[in-house]
Amino acid sequence: MSAVADTHAHHDDHGHHPTGIMRWITTTNHKDIGTMYLWFSFSMFMVGGVMALVIRTELFQPGLQIVNPDFFNQMTTLHGLIMVFGAIMPAFVGFANWQIPMMIGAPDMAFPRLNNWSFWLLPPAATLLVASLFVPGGAAGVGWTLYAPLTVQMGPGMDLTIFAVHILGMSSILGSINIITTLLNMRAPGMTMMKMPMFCWTWLITAYLLVAVMPVFAGAVTMTLTDRHFGTTFFNAAGGGDPVLYQHIFWFFGHPEVYIIAIPAFGVVSQVIPAFSRKPLFGYASMVYATASIAILSFIVWAHHMYTVGMPLVAQLYFMYATMLIAVPTGVKVFNWVATMWKGSLTFETPMLFAIGFLFMFTLGGFTGLVLAVVPIDIQMHDTYYVVAHFHYVMVAGALFAAFAGVYFWLPKWTGRMYNERLGQIHFWLTLIFFNMIFFVQHFLGMAGMPRRIPDYHPMFETWNKISSLGAFGMGLAQLLFLYIVVKTIRSGEPAPQRPWEGADSLEWTHLPTPPPYHTFETQPVIK
Amino acid sequence: MNLGNENRRLSRRLTIVAIGMFGFAFALVPFYNQICAALGVNSIEEKSEAPLNSQIDTSRTITIELDANAHNLPWRFKPMVSEVKVHPGELAMVEYEIVNVREAPVTGQAVPSYGPQNAGEYFKKIECFCFTHQTLAPGETRRMPVVFVVDPKLPKDVSTIAVSYTFFEVAGRGGKS
Repeated sequence: MSAVADTHAHHDDHGHHPTGIMRWITTTNHKDIGTMYLWFSFSMFMVGGVMALVIRTELFQPGLQIVNPDFFNQMTTLHGLIMVFGAIMPAFVGFANWQIPMMIGAPDMAFPRLNNWSFWLLPPAATLLVASLFVPGGAAGVGWTLYAPLTVQMGPGMDLTIFAVHILGMSSILGSINIITTLLNMRAPGMTMMKMPMFCWTWLITAYLLVAVMPVFAGAVTMTLTDRHFGTTFFNAAGGGDPVLYQHIFWFFGHPEVYIIAIPAFGVVSQVIPAFSRKPLFGYASMVYATASIAILSFIVWAHHMYTVGMPLVAQLYFMYATMLIAVPTGVKVFNWVATMWKGSLTFETPMLFAIGFLFMFTLGGFTGLVLAVVPIDIQMHDTYYVVAHFHYVMVAGALFAAFAGVYFWLPKWTGRMYNERLGQIHFWLTLIFFNMIFFVQHFLGMAGMPRRIPDYHPMFETWNKISSLGAFGMGLAQLLFLYIVVKTIRSGEPAPQRPWEGADSLEWTHLPTPPPYHTFETQPVIK
Repeated sequence: MNLGNENRRLSRRLTIVAIGMFGFAFALVPFYNQICAALGVNSIEEKSEAPLNSQIDTSRTITIELDANAHNLPWRFKPMVSEVKVHPGELAMVEYEIVNVREAPVTGQAVPSYGPQNAGEYFKKIECFCFTHQTLAPGETRRMPVVFVVDPKLPKDVSTIAVSYTFFEVAGRGGKS
């Protein structure tokens, strides 16, 4: 933190605020809060990554050698929860905090104190999750989806997880209300809705999704909590409840949740690709409508995660066709990104490399998603490593690659210093190669029938698992290089010009110096 | 209206939406139960409807005329109804009554005959008093069923089958069965 504090101290041209740790605890500045979100996200990314390495170490060879099965289950559960709620989501909220006010010409977020609260709810929630490892019985070992009836039977670690989810949900909802209000009410004069940068549009849609579904998840875990301690039987068949009901409620939240993760990533990529193609985004209006369509469709496809629970044939057919329909707006977006690059004057700096990596890998993940949407195939593939490979292609190569693209893209603006281009490109290639080494082979494992969330496996799966585990260690080490690049940039990077990317044309590049002063756009610019 | 009020109003509305969606999660519980009931999935009891016989040929109706004789036996033997109408393939049951009017036990065996004669192979008896010897105590009255199906392969020109049972005394058995 101190490294970050130092670099921000010299921005501080007319801010009157406490110094040291109190500056960060009491800050209401969107840039400070964005920075805290990003560092929090990175540290959670490291914690969740270590858990992933525990999983991959155990799976390096068949048999049980490093951890016992209980602890393995806790690792898969916490890895999922921490990466989704602790790493990916806060990363994009960090981008939103830094970028939205600067991109729409607003002085700050609509509710700066609320913004401070949204962030400071996160560390206690993360502490609860990690602390649950140390209570009797350990952390919840039920999978990140927290399915009943296991959740009703778990030890006190489950209660900590439930409270962590409540707090994380609260943080997301408050943050979303703030973002929606900022985007709708605080745009600079002349900045109409259809002139907003694509990143702002994607966050507007994401924030609406969050307000709509995070409370549903909170409701689901509240029911679990009352089932555990207050004698209700929402999910207990012995009392007339139904565990499958939990799955329906969870996935009613869970499917929009995957778009909550993906849509801001679309937004970042929609900023980066035009900048390095030196062309405006192709089909801006169709991008807006496609993103909104994806968000709306996400509410009516949830049961494709649970084809095997025993639902009527008509329901399976409906969810299959509705799911396939999502490929249409997603295809529009991919087409538009490719069309933006078409005949553009392309250069391949690190942000663009990550954006193109996103484009290839995310589309591949989308294709395996289409495969899994088909009921008879899904019944074969359900809960195998094929599913694991699929969602890591959209979560890691989709959302995480977009986040890296965003960091490299905006780091010069935020810190006033250029990152080392050569190291950045090495980071990209290492990440890309090791990512595919981990997850591409998992398609084969899944098709051969290796089930997920099991610490042991048949010896015939050994070769691919070894390759996958080696890739995981490589990918982990590559992220230490990322940390080194960022810290080195902050400490001793070359000074960056106001507009280091000549194709970048949103307000933070055209109207603000690099680095931007602590308070920006106190008088709003007028957009023609 | 200034920006601060505008922002507060919007945030209030969004908070209401969020609280509403929390309630919606709980509203999903009765909704789920209703959907399951409507679709007939997830009910704990087995459904109790009778298995459907898809082989009934409702386009034809066969008249079964029932007749009963006792050959040299002191029994009064008659069907409870003189005719029934059935569809080919349909399971049907008729009842006969015998009264032993002698002061001693008697054993008899019934033998069926059919008109037209070839209809016999299409008249499939599943349960019949004619399968076994019947022994009646002095003055005893007994009702006995015949459960049968008319084979749908019954030739098209047959619309009436006469079924006639004749009881013969089983010689030397007396009251012993």
